[in-house]
Amino acid sequence: MPTLFDKIWDAHVVDRLADGTAILYIDRHLVHEVTSPQAFEGLRMSGRRVRRPDATLAVVDHNVPTSDRSLPMEPGDSLTQIETLERNVAEFGVPYFPLRSARQGIVHIIGPEQGVSLPGMTIVCGDSHTSTHGALGALAFGIGTSEVEHVLATQTLLQKPAKNMLVRVEGTLAPGITAKDVMLAIIGTIGTAGGTGHVIEFAGSAIRGLDMAGRMTICNMSIEAGARAGLVAPDDTTFEYVRGRPFAPSGEAFDRAVEYWRTLFSDPDARYDRVVELRAEDIAPLVTWGTSPEDVLPITATVPDPADAPEESRRAQVQRMLDYMGLVPGQRLDELPVDVVFIGSCTNGRIEDMRAAARIVAGRQVAPGVRAMVVPGSGMVKQQAEREGLDKVFLDAGFEWREAGCSMCLGMNPDKLKPGQRCASTSNRNFEGRQGPGGRTHLLSPAMAAAAAVTGHLTDVRSFN
Amino acid sequence: MDAFTSLTGIAAPLPEANIDTDKIIPARFLKTIKRSGLGVNAFDAMRYNEDGTEKPDFVLNREPYRRAQILVTYENFGCGSSREHAPWALLDFGIRCVIAPSFADIFHNNCFKNGILPVQLPREVCERLMEDARLGANGRLTVDLERQVVVRPDGQEIPFEVDALRRRLLLEGLDDIGQTLQHGEAIERFEQGRVAERPWMPAISLA
Repeated sequence: MPTLFDKIWDAHVVDRLADGTAILYIDRHLVHEVTSPQAFEGLRMSGRRVRRPDATLAVVDHNVPTSDRSLPMEPGDSLTQIETLERNVAEFGVPYFPLRSARQGIVHIIGPEQGVSLPGMTIVCGDSHTSTHGALGALAFGIGTSEVEHVLATQTLLQKPAKNMLVRVEGTLAPGITAKDVMLAIIGTIGTAGGTGHVIEFAGSAIRGLDMAGRMTICNMSIEAGARAGLVAPDDTTFEYVRGRPFAPSGEAFDRAVEYWRTLFSDPDARYDRVVELRAEDIAPLVTWGTSPEDVLPITATVPDPADAPEESRRAQVQRMLDYMGLVPGQRLDELPVDVVFIGSCTNGRIEDMRAAARIVAGRQVAPGVRAMVVPGSGMVKQQAEREGLDKVFLDAGFEWREAGCSMCLGMNPDKLKPGQRCASTSNRNFEGRQGPGGRTHLLSPAMAAAAAVTGHLTDVRSFN
Repeated sequence: MDAFTSLTGIAAPLPEANIDTDKIIPARFLKTIKRSGLGVNAFDAMRYNEDGTEKPDFVLNREPYRRAQILVTYENFGCGSSREHAPWALLDFGIRCVIAPSFADIFHNNCFKNGILPVQLPREVCERLMEDARLGANGRLTVDLERQVVVRPDGQEIPFEVDALRRRLLLEGLDDIGQTLQHGEAIERFEQGRVAERPWMPAISLA
């Protein structure tokens, strides 16, 4: 009666300490420039090596410019961090996709894309959105830099098992409703601390019906629900996605792998510590209005009134969020003008997201005064989009078509909001200052972001269908 | 890592829930390749005006809280990103202990790796400690990890729970890599078994 999480966990316990803490083996370690320099420095200072370079992959993503890559980067802290990673991977023999490689991209886009992330694996990275890889049926979670060093040195982590949560979404999504809306609905239901201490398994017919990109969007934002990781049991959709990817097994090895992967599901009588159920039909296109991903409403709603909050502390919190977001109670969400539209990130930077946005944009123009940008999640996504002519669709409409990276999701590179700017963003966090100091973020799906770019205000994408 | 045994110090009241890691240290300060020096930008947006001057109302800009070693705050502290820069920034500012009703998982984990003790206590207890913290230098708290108690200014002792292994590592200031490497043989055995059971598992090689 084990759950999917239990099965993957049990298959990776190397040893147990006296108090029950497990030494958990890590199959894949993804490394990027921001959370690794101090870890490599720690190895150097203690004379340790990277135990399994062949289970490690490094890439630059957080800090990289998304402008013309034929130009040299400006000197400064970002360049220093990138050069530091390049020195470290050379010294420790870690495989690395450099900035000007087509395989470069956001670490959580390239892992699945390259077949580096596979079902049944344990996957870690010094980044909270590592939960993305759980869409393949892998146990994938974010770690801090000390743990990055621990994995580099030992290929293991000291871990206590998580609790099991099941989120079941049954039914059929209405036209215009995407995986992003499903996940925002889940976060709105359980809250940003709802999953604390748990691994969430996403199940039900609406989840089964999603393609891998959609499942990755869902698992990506498990961390916004407070969970340690998100999981979807692997099925034929997963196996077909993995087949033929550069680092995936092939031929007979692939068949043997699938045989094993087919054992990775929660038993029918599996016990969960918590079960949450949603009806797919109840989910509308959603946008966030506040500064926490749980503050989400249907696009047809109005800005909430703090006076309606049940208790004083929540009233004050809502008021603070409205002040920061420049909103007044009762304003229609679908009339809020936007200054910037950002389509990209590890949440929504895959080819399927580009296509969904392009379908809305085709034959239309970006509204006057709006800066609209598309940042593909990887060089491979960019190439694929260009083969399909999507770059032309965006450029003709007045969008910027940029190079791959994390970009305006977290504003570490030059792609930032200016204070007071309102942004329709396909990213994952609407925290104060996340996309730039004073910036105002509304999280939504790629199709909804594209619709906002065209109309100049938050818009119900269903009016485009 | 510095050991944590017992600490008596000024506690800063930060009566807000969901303080995320972008608030603790915004992303633009993560471009460092060191662990030190982040304290000046801890809580940057709450602490400074756009022109870089201090916001006089913010608690850590006021005496005696500039010397605070303990933070008392509310639910889900440290939610958001996995950046260890958040505990590094707190530590560099001088904070060695955070008391809250709940913590986000990764942040909670990261604290222990850096000699910071996160103490989880029920909301109503945190509200009482918040009142103590508001007394400033007269409201010093003692956090005793050996005895697992928080001592209020009036001497009342509040017990707290902490994971036994983490407590031991913190008390001794131990690096847990050394601890794990003692199990090197078990790791090797596991790796050999894994090759036998799952031979299809590919190596990552760019050669």
